[in-house]
Amino acid sequence: MSDTHAESIPFVRETTLPQAAPPTAERGVYKWGRENLFATPANALLTLVSIYVIYVVLSAILPWVLNGVWNAGSLSECREILAGTRGGCFAVLVDRWEQLFFGFKYPSDQLWRPTLTLVLFFFAVAPVLFFDLPRKLLAFTAVFPFLAYWLIWGGPILVPIVALVGVGAGYVVYSRLVAQSFAGGFFGGIAAAAVVWFLGGYLVDATTGPSSLLDAVPSRDLGGYMLNFMLGVTCVSLSVPIGIALALGRQSSMPLIKWLSVIFIEFIRGVPLITLLFVASVMLAYFFPPNSTVDLFLRVVIMITMFSSAYIAEVIRGGLAALPKGQYEAADSLGLDYAQSMRLIILPQALKISIPGIVNIAVGLFKDTTLVSVISMFDLVGMIRGPILASTDWNGVYWELLGFAALLFFVVCYGISQYSQWLERRLATDHR
Amino acid sequence: MKKSVIFGALTIAGLAAGAAAAGTLDDVKARGKLNCGVTTGLVGFAAPDSDGNWEGFDVAVCRAVAAAVLGDGNAVEFVPTTGKTRFTALASGEIDMLARNTTWTFSRDVDLKFTFVGVNYYDGQGFMVPKALGVSSAKDLDGATVCIQTGTTTELNLADFFRTNNISYEPVPVETNAEGQQQYLAGACDTYTTDASGLAATRATFENPGDHILLPEIISKEPLGPLVRHGDDEWGDVVRWTLNALIAAEELGVTSANVAEIGASSTNPEVKRLLGTEGTLGEMMGVDADWAANAIAVGGNYGEIFARNIGEETPIGLARGLNAQWTNGGLVYAPPFR
Repeated sequence: MSDTHAESIPFVRETTLPQAAPPTAERGVYKWGRENLFATPANALLTLVSIYVIYVVLSAILPWVLNGVWNAGSLSECREILAGTRGGCFAVLVDRWEQLFFGFKYPSDQLWRPTLTLVLFFFAVAPVLFFDLPRKLLAFTAVFPFLAYWLIWGGPILVPIVALVGVGAGYVVYSRLVAQSFAGGFFGGIAAAAVVWFLGGYLVDATTGPSSLLDAVPSRDLGGYMLNFMLGVTCVSLSVPIGIALALGRQSSMPLIKWLSVIFIEFIRGVPLITLLFVASVMLAYFFPPNSTVDLFLRVVIMITMFSSAYIAEVIRGGLAALPKGQYEAADSLGLDYAQSMRLIILPQALKISIPGIVNIAVGLFKDTTLVSVISMFDLVGMIRGPILASTDWNGVYWELLGFAALLFFVVCYGISQYSQWLERRLATDHR
Repeated sequence: MKKSVIFGALTIAGLAAGAAAAGTLDDVKARGKLNCGVTTGLVGFAAPDSDGNWEGFDVAVCRAVAAAVLGDGNAVEFVPTTGKTRFTALASGEIDMLARNTTWTFSRDVDLKFTFVGVNYYDGQGFMVPKALGVSSAKDLDGATVCIQTGTTTELNLADFFRTNNISYEPVPVETNAEGQQQYLAGACDTYTTDASGLAATRATFENPGDHILLPEIISKEPLGPLVRHGDDEWGDVVRWTLNALIAAEELGVTSANVAEIGASSTNPEVKRLLGTEGTLGEMMGVDADWAANAIAVGGNYGEIFARNIGEETPIGLARGLNAQWTNGGLVYAPPFR
C-alpha cells in the first residue's frame, strides 16, 4: 500500500459497514401506510373519511352487540336487564333457536333427524364438489337423496327403497339401450323406472303397517332455515340437469323439441317467481279433489325448479354459443354420435364457461326461497315475520332477528361464491 | 319427477276412502280433525308459542268448534294463511273454517260467496299519539302528520274522517305495521292510525308504553268474525252456534271452572238446554248433546277467552268496550238457546 495519497485521504475504511435498517419512514407500517393510505393529499383525505365512516358504524354497532342480553324470557325482561342502556336483545335467538332452524312444528325430540341429514349432506356433496376425492364416494351421493327423504319425512322405509330401485332399474335399462340410440335409452329408462314405481306403490300399500321406524312428519311441519336449505339444495340440484336438457333442446334441430324448449323457457322467464308460487299454493288446490292435493313442499319445489332451470338453460346456452364451431365439427369428424359428442367434447367446455352464471343463479335462487313465506310457509323469514314477532314475548324485536337471518344467508352464499372461484381456478386449463 | 311418484305413492297410501262431496260436518267427523285457517301471526289473536302450540283469541274459536264437533279441543290442524291466501284456502276446501280477524263486509259475504257466522271481536280504526303532544281528541289533529298503511281501508276511512270534520292532515305512507311503528317512534309522524286492537298491541311493545295514548275516537267499523263457505248451512250452523254458545255461557255464568257440574245443578232451563242436560239441541245440529259443554271446557266462555288472550291483564291490555256483553253496554249478544 503506497502512502502517495496519505495526506489527501485521511481515512480509508477497510471493512464493509454492517447493513443498517432502512430509515423509519421507509420501512414497516410507516412505509406501507404512507404508500397505501397517505400517498397523495387526495388519498389521505379519502383515508381519513373512510376511517371516520368505519368508526361511526362500529361505534354504533359494537356497543349494541357487546352489551346484548342473551338470557331473558321476553322483550320486557330484556329491557329491565338493560335498564335504559343500549343493547341488543339476543335472548330471542336463545329462546327460539329451534324454531328459527327447524320451524315450530317439527317434533322436538326428532330434531336429530334433520341435523344428521345435514351432516350426511356434506359427505354426499363433497365428491361432487371436489372431484379430486375418490370416485367411489359417489355411490353414497347417489343413495343420499333417498336417505335424506326418509330421515326428514320418516314413514315407511319401503317408499325410498322402491324409489331407489326404480332409479336403479331405469339406469340399467338406459345403459343397455343407449349404445343403440340415445333417445331409446332415455325413454326406455324412464319407462322402466315408472313400471317399478307403479308396482312398488302397490307393494308399499300392501305392506305398510301402523308403526314405522321413524315417525312420519308431514311437509307442513317443516320450517325455519331447514326449509330454505332443503328448497335451495333440491331446486339447484334438480334445475342444473333440467337446465342442461333445456339448453340442448333449444339448440336441437328437431323443431318440436326446439319449440317446446323455447316456449317453456320464454314463458317461465316472463313470469315472476312470486306468481308461480301463488299458482303452486293457491290455484293448484282448485284443480285437485278436496282430499288429494299434491304435497305443498313438492308443489313449491316444482315451481322453483321450473323457474331456475329456465334461467340456467339460458346461461348454459351462452356457454354453448361461446364454443367455436370447430369443436362441434371436430366431434363429428371423430365419428362420435350426438350423446357422446355432447358428453365428451361440448358440455365439459360449455359448462366450464357457464360456472359464474350458474353460481350466480344458485345464490339468487337460495335467497329467493325466502319468498315462500308469502304463501304462508314458515321458512326462516316466515318464522320471524309470523310466529316469533307475533308472540306477546318478542313482539318488537326486529334488528336482532333479521340480522341473524342475514348472517345465516351470508355464510352460505359467501361459501358458494368462494367455492365457485376455487372451481374456476382449478379448471383453468387455458393459457391466459 | 322421482319425488312426484314417491309422493304419489304416499298420497295413495295415506288416502282413506275419500268422502267426496259430503257435508263439511261429516268430512270433519270422518277426518277426526278440524282444518282451521288462522293468521300466520298476530299478537294476541293467533301465534304459536315457543313449544309450537297455537294460542290466541281466534285460535280459541277454532278449538271450541273442534271440541263441539269432535269432543277434543286439540283435534285442530291449524293452517296458517296470509291476507292474500286466506279466501282461496277457504273457497278451495283446504280449510273448513277461517278464523283470521277478517272484517265482515258486504262484498266478502255476497260476492266472494262466504258466510260470516258472527262477530267475535268488534274492532275499529283508532289513533295513537304521544302523550307529549297534548292532544285528547282526534278532532284536535288539524294539520297533523299521520302514519298510514297504504292500500288499506284505513287509508280511505282516514280521508273520510278528516274531510267530514273539515280539518287537514298530511299522510306519511308506510307499508307494514312494523314500519309504521318505527316511523312513529322515530317521530316521522304525529299520530299513527290503524285498527284499535293493533294499536294497543303495538303500544304494548314500546319501551315506554305510558308515554303514548290511544285517542277515544273510533272512526270506522271493523267487525271481525269467523267465516265458512256459502252453501253448507249445516256446517255454518255448527260454527255459528259454537260461537254463540261461548257468548251465551258468559252471560249465563257458565265458566270453564263450573261447566262440569252447573249443567246438573243449575235451575236455569236455558243453562240446562245449552249444556245438553235438557232438550235435544245437540241432536238437532248433528253433534253430541254435550257439544257446548265441551266447547266451553276447552278455553272457557267468551269473557275468559278475551281476558286470557287480549284483556286488560295481558300486555295487550284491551278493554272490553264494544265487546262487553249487551247487558254491560256492549254489542256482544247471543240469540236464545231454545
